[in-house]
Amino acid sequence: MNRHLISAADLSKQDALVILDTAEELARVADRPIKKLPTLRGRTVVNLFFEDSTRTRISFEAAAKRLSADVINFAVKGSSVAKGESLKDTALTLEAMGSDAVVVRHGASGAPHRLAGWVRGSVINAGDGAHEHPTQALLDAFTIRRRFGRGSGEALDGLRVTIVGDVLHSRVARSNVWLLHQLGAEVALVAPPTLLPIAIDDWPCAVSYDLDAALPKSDVVMMLRIQQERMNAAYFPSVREYSRRYGLDAARLRQLPDEAIVMHPGPMNRGVEIAAEVADSPRSTIVEQVANGVSVRMAVLYLLLGGLEAVQ
Amino acid sequence: MARAAHPAGGQPGTGGDRATAPGPGGQGGTSAPHRQAHPKTVLEAAEIQRALTRIAHEIIERTRGAEQVVLLGIPTRGVPLAARLAARIAQVEGRPLPHGSLDITMYRDDLRLRPARGLGPTKVPAEGIDGKTVVLVDDVLYSGRTVRAALDALNDLGRPLAVQLAVLVDRGHRELPIRADYVGKNLPTSQQEVVRVLLAETDGEDAVLLEPVGGTSRPRRGGVTGSRGGATGRRR
Repeated sequence: MNRHLISAADLSKQDALVILDTAEELARVADRPIKKLPTLRGRTVVNLFFEDSTRTRISFEAAAKRLSADVINFAVKGSSVAKGESLKDTALTLEAMGSDAVVVRHGASGAPHRLAGWVRGSVINAGDGAHEHPTQALLDAFTIRRRFGRGSGEALDGLRVTIVGDVLHSRVARSNVWLLHQLGAEVALVAPPTLLPIAIDDWPCAVSYDLDAALPKSDVVMMLRIQQERMNAAYFPSVREYSRRYGLDAARLRQLPDEAIVMHPGPMNRGVEIAAEVADSPRSTIVEQVANGVSVRMAVLYLLLGGLEAVQ
Repeated sequence: MARAAHPAGGQPGTGGDRATAPGPGGQGGTSAPHRQAHPKTVLEAAEIQRALTRIAHEIIERTRGAEQVVLLGIPTRGVPLAARLAARIAQVEGRPLPHGSLDITMYRDDLRLRPARGLGPTKVPAEGIDGKTVVLVDDVLYSGRTVRAALDALNDLGRPLAVQLAVLVDRGHRELPIRADYVGKNLPTSQQEVVRVLLAETDGEDAVLLEPVGGTSRPRRGGVTGSRGGATGRRR
């Protein structure tokens, strides 16, 4: 494995399986009376979040703490970044404080990649702009594998995954397409044409505009959040119309095969891309995804920081 | 199971792949082609069976019927050994004996000396270990560091009444104040030698081999405590 985790596209099938298998073992730690391992004692993990986040930051923090690492949370509000400090100067400051890993979320695509060139420790991408969110893709793959009863060492061959919604602004979609494809799943994107990126033809997946046609052929439906905060133009006539055509409601849920599951990376817009009754149905994995996120991030932190420091 | 110092290049399975023991190496052929000397068989299949039967009886005797005993094997080869011991004790006592596995990777003291490695399974029987006599089972006892890590791992799982240790081979050279309660065979070794345990469940046959000093062994204490396990990614 690389020293950094910047992009899901960097992971080979073997790398991804090692992470998922490690996460499978680490998930058992959550069932123990003492939910802590001594493995990263004395290592420092910095959470550097330039964008708002609840679950990802807390998930990384919980993962690092369960491995006994020291965690420094760097909130951009109230920091020198608010005074105009550059990313590089912030990075060098962290470096000087002796961080072994930086978990970074940034609004600009490519920020973690730049950061990786400036710091000695590992850089873990926790979401950069509309580019990638590799740990989310890993936890989604982990959740799918568990739900379909596949164990350690097994990939996702033959499973049909349909990703629906705002692909254009979604780093989750991009990371998932690469990772799930690498793991052998058949990935299809369903979205209005305005919410698909221009270079979609290069992605290893099928694309369509019709959700109702795609549902009966899906083992997994992954609903993406409509990212109002990134939308500076009219991508669809109205939220209501979007919801009618691309929202997952109870009627659409019934079109899915019996064993199919519904996923959402959160935070949800209930009533927009997913109806409340669907989100709360037993086929929804949304809460599981959050729990699995901690195990997967423990695996990533362990594999990047647990051993001998890789030679640069 | 390789447990002596020799260069990583001398053997396949470098890194995290602990399950790798190169082929069936017991038929007098060399399993490590770089080594000139032939491995010596120190225990044959029947002797391993007898040793395990004896250990099983000793466990029953020492724990007064093995009523509150849980056997935990240390991956990789401690796990099938624990299962075999449990089966034998069950046979004698006429009731099943809980057994499982305890991975110690996350508790090792040499994690930072090698790249991160994959984890083995930890499966603790449903009844837990609180108040039980836990018998740790491993194939080879060498420096004692694996056992130290296992004691730490147990500490996070519960509070056993007592912890005991059963090993198939004790090859000496302890680096910690640790001893085994049940030993299949005491095997005097040089630190440059490799003790390799083969089990039917993992390697297709039962045998314990002693591979003599390799021509290019590096000194064991070259400042790197993990050097012994390095060849097969094996803990010591």
